[in-house]
Amino acid sequence: MLQGWIQIALTLLIVLIVTPILGGYMARVFFGERTYFDRVLIPVERMIYRLSGVRSQIEMTGWQYIRAVLISNLVMAVFVFTIFMFQGVLPLNPTGLGAPTWDTALHTAISFVTNTNQQHYSGEVTFSYFSQGLALGFLFFTSAATGIAVAIAFIRGLTGRTLGNFYTDLVRSITRILLPISIVGAIALVALGVPETLADPVLVPTLENPTVQQAICPCPLPILKSSKNWAKTVGGFFGINSAHPFENPNGLTNLIQIVAMISIPSALIYTYGIFANNRKQAWLIYGMVFGIYLVFIGVAAIAEYQGNPAVNVLLGSQQPNLEGKEVRFGWSQSVLYAVTTTGTMCGAVNSMHDSFMPLSGAVMLANMFLQIIWGGQGTGTAYLFAYLILAVFVTGLMVGRTPEFLGRKIEKREVVLTSLLILLVHPIFILIPSAITLAFPDQLSGISNPGFHGLSQVIYEYASAAANNGSGFEGMGDATLWWNLSTSISLLAGRYIPITALILLAEGMSRKPVVPVTAGTLRTDTGLFTGVTAGVILIMGALTFFPVLALGRSRKPFKLPEESNL
Amino acid sequence: MLTDDISRYPEFMQTPQGSNSLSSSSHTGASRRHTPKASMGGLYQRAIREAFVKLNPRTEVKNPVMFIVWVGTIVTFLVTLDPNLFGTVQADPAQQRLLNGLITFILFFTLVFANFAEAVAEGRGKAQADALRSTRSDTIARKLLPNGSTQEISSTELRRGDQVKVVAGDMIPADGEVVKGVASVDESAITGESAPVLKQPGTDIMSSVTGGTRILSDELIINVTSDPGQGFIDRMIALVEGAERSKTPNEIALTVLLTVLTLVFLIVVATVSPLANYVQAPTTIAILISLLVALIPTTIGGLLSAIGIAGMDRVAQFNVIATSGRAVEACGDINTLVLDKTGTITLGNRLADQFIPVNGHTVEEVAQIALAASVFDETPEGKSIVILAEKNRASVNFKTADATGVEFTARTRMSGTDLPNGKEVRKGAVDAVKGFVRSRGGVVSTQLDEAYERVSRLGGTPLAVCQDSEIYGVIYLKDIVKAGLRERFDQLRRMGVKTIMLTGDNQITASVIAREAGVDDFIAEATPEDKIDVIRREQSEGKLVAMTGDGTNDAPALAQANVGVAMNSGTQAAKEAANMVDLDSDPTKLIDLVTIGKQLLITRGALTTFSIANDIAKYFAIIPTILQQQGLVPSISCSLKVLDRQSFQR
Repeated sequence: MLQGWIQIALTLLIVLIVTPILGGYMARVFFGERTYFDRVLIPVERMIYRLSGVRSQIEMTGWQYIRAVLISNLVMAVFVFTIFMFQGVLPLNPTGLGAPTWDTALHTAISFVTNTNQQHYSGEVTFSYFSQGLALGFLFFTSAATGIAVAIAFIRGLTGRTLGNFYTDLVRSITRILLPISIVGAIALVALGVPETLADPVLVPTLENPTVQQAICPCPLPILKSSKNWAKTVGGFFGINSAHPFENPNGLTNLIQIVAMISIPSALIYTYGIFANNRKQAWLIYGMVFGIYLVFIGVAAIAEYQGNPAVNVLLGSQQPNLEGKEVRFGWSQSVLYAVTTTGTMCGAVNSMHDSFMPLSGAVMLANMFLQIIWGGQGTGTAYLFAYLILAVFVTGLMVGRTPEFLGRKIEKREVVLTSLLILLVHPIFILIPSAITLAFPDQLSGISNPGFHGLSQVIYEYASAAANNGSGFEGMGDATLWWNLSTSISLLAGRYIPITALILLAEGMSRKPVVPVTAGTLRTDTGLFTGVTAGVILIMGALTFFPVLALGRSRKPFKLPEESNL
Repeated sequence: MLTDDISRYPEFMQTPQGSNSLSSSSHTGASRRHTPKASMGGLYQRAIREAFVKLNPRTEVKNPVMFIVWVGTIVTFLVTLDPNLFGTVQADPAQQRLLNGLITFILFFTLVFANFAEAVAEGRGKAQADALRSTRSDTIARKLLPNGSTQEISSTELRRGDQVKVVAGDMIPADGEVVKGVASVDESAITGESAPVLKQPGTDIMSSVTGGTRILSDELIINVTSDPGQGFIDRMIALVEGAERSKTPNEIALTVLLTVLTLVFLIVVATVSPLANYVQAPTTIAILISLLVALIPTTIGGLLSAIGIAGMDRVAQFNVIATSGRAVEACGDINTLVLDKTGTITLGNRLADQFIPVNGHTVEEVAQIALAASVFDETPEGKSIVILAEKNRASVNFKTADATGVEFTARTRMSGTDLPNGKEVRKGAVDAVKGFVRSRGGVVSTQLDEAYERVSRLGGTPLAVCQDSEIYGVIYLKDIVKAGLRERFDQLRRMGVKTIMLTGDNQITASVIAREAGVDDFIAEATPEDKIDVIRREQSEGKLVAMTGDGTNDAPALAQANVGVAMNSGTQAAKEAANMVDLDSDPTKLIDLVTIGKQLLITRGALTTFSIANDIAKYFAIIPTILQQQGLVPSISCSLKVLDRQSFQR
């Protein structure tokens, strides 16, 4: 028990230490100040700009920025889709895999280009080394970098600066943030025993039936693995993801992966503090997110530690719930990993979320509904500030002034964009497709556990897509045409509608005149306001999804005895 | 502006003409006359009737939140008539009908109550408008033709630029500018001020007349400045009636948020049905509608327009006419108030505070002479000297009928009395009195200069008092800061509003008054042009500025300011440029307006927060009820039974 809590505390301590270092570094990178890697990277970046014909000095307007994001992402998606369809004739295909079905390839391409990395396939039997290493590995970086670039543009706009140039930010995010961290991480993971090789699969007899040979692919993991977490993707080469011993061999690699998931979104809050020249506010917001994060971990950890009551009755003693978990991680590491991966839109898993206790499952769903308990790579931080703007608007009127955030008035345009962003996208692209799916049992063939649990599986799948999370509740056969196409829509809408809204919001804010701070201004960098914001976040989140949670998750405890496959 | 022009010369001791019948500017707001008394009788009966009339879908659709409730009511009414209309319900039809009927009744009441709130607010506005309209009977105007003759036409046919002639007893047919004649006009219909006001051409303040007021004496030639229906009173009527109410920026933003929230809940509730069906827990349409209505922010949605109308009404009750709700709301956002010293911060008249004897005279002697010099002085300054002198046991020891008063003129800058015994007593600007004494062969001692210095340093105005060639002393005239202003400025400071005082006084005087009143900043020796510069400077820092003004030379500044409040006694140009007009002509009211603007926003904000937070509470009350209704909230015994069965199977 105690050991489990200490493991969690230690991980969080490391995150706290990393935040100001990484956050400060990212601020330097995007201010264009001198950084450590200048001597190597400036010529490299110059070459990239020259080859791609990007004029890196040109400032973009909101729509130019949005167009740049959309066009570059479209080109990448088409490129990757093409590789998938021709992987049979492309090199590095030791297992001789043919082209996947067009809808799986489309869903995978969209899923990875939106930095979601939702997988409706099992990596080692669907995609070749070439597809995974080149195509998906490429998207790990570009999609994460897109998110960071958008977040930086958003922060710039919010603090009254021009938005900057998307291509420059994209390149800088990759060369100066994602690549260096991934390389360091990869070396660490290799040192800790994650195999990296392009060798052929090894054939071994299985334990259960020695006459059957099982092919195990060692695969070119670490560099992918490292970027997977930092670049916030599932992208697991193995179907069961970070639970597989090759991907996540021990507690230390698990720790590195968790830190990797949180470090960039949390550090971006600090980067905001530097841009806004208000580190106090940054730390307060950081504290708020950290607080909610802790509560979520606590709830899930207690639920898992207490174990499944039905199982406990049979065992005659209280034991943690270890169904679907790796014994080498135990309940604490699994909980921490699960809460972090759903909160940070990473989507990697080191245990089967399907088998968590109902309360933990509710925490995971809440994470994806809110999208800000650290949130997605870059976009999560931007969401956080959109919530802040909404909180200012809802409560700001109470001080008797037109609400303002960072000295800029919140008016119709801002309310339209933030409420669209925060309130409308999710209900439309999670609840509506879920309702359609559940209304027509034809499409339900994939649900493994009908009833309340099946409901949760469906909601989880769409929430994961619309929140660009990518983790799966699993236990559901989702590689069908319906699932591939419907989740693709949620993926695209959940990614590009908010990005468009965020950029427009930032541009609008940057153009507003600054109202000077007076005694009558509602200060947004106080503990009180931060508390109010937390309330608004939870209320807005709860309002939308409470009925669904009530129908699905919260009812599950009572149905547990029937469901658990004892 | 007149008083301000004079205060630029502190040596001037009194205002010419003894004018400024704006005595209303001296009352600080405690006792405010309310313009035409609106009759509130039958208000509620009318509002109840209105509440039902407003159930018309064409009216309801303007408010998306309430329209959802409206549609919901219709649907629940239908399922009350036939519970199986939208699919067979398992429950007993009679019981279901009763439940649906109850839900219909509650929803209907919600609608009617929201309409009622709006109708009451509108009713108050209408009552006020009716009262105003009663002053506006269709009058016959004598239009001046180019050949000099007049033609009688209806006032509604008058157009901007026409000239009309009005004589004693006539109603002034339209807003206009006096071009010829001098007359007294009763403006009580719009200001509530019973004392008639003198109107004459060219005098800036005095030349503007308002349609609907009555001319009491003489005759005037008026140049019409507004088309019919566009006049001051017409605009007032339209505004308080709420007919022209356009939504304010904050209201629009809030409506957007409420609409989005409503849409979200519509999706949430619409999707609950298939989800619930999937888990074999079907819900009835009536339950879903009541869930939806409970969730959507009806509290604020139903009251939003009522709050807006009430805001305008509130301002109207303060005897201020705002040209738009936007202006009222902007008041809440004001960062800087630019205030004229005279009339706003000080009472506008300096009052005698102290007698300072010189040349070995006693205070009583100075009081005696000052009293003698002031018996004919009808100005507030003069009266205050009389009061102070009487306090110092001085009395009039001559027959006033035999004495002659000497009027103040701009040339002599003195006034006084020629006593029956031939002696001449004078009081006036120190320089002028010095000259008077020297001309009578007297000498001026250095003591006088010392006293002069002392009073100036205190920010007061020194008046020298003499009898023939002998200077007795100095009267210390003090600018009296209005009572309670300091506290209000403190309050404003806490609200984050900065106050800047503008005055024509010199630096020393200005700083003393500024300190005494507690304003944040002051500009001394200010010209009207300085006003606009101050406003521009503040605005360039991103601040919103409010100011008051009455003269034509204030018009540019009024237009430049984010909130410009013109005095009703001011010129037509000033009123046109401003976005509010104060009927009482009390510049201090600007401070009240800031508070009203804030209250409007606070009310709306508090209701919004309450409404949304309230939704959460409703959630936790309703969801379990719905589940229970479906028999799905599990009981412990049920779970135990399952466990028993399983252990039995083992």
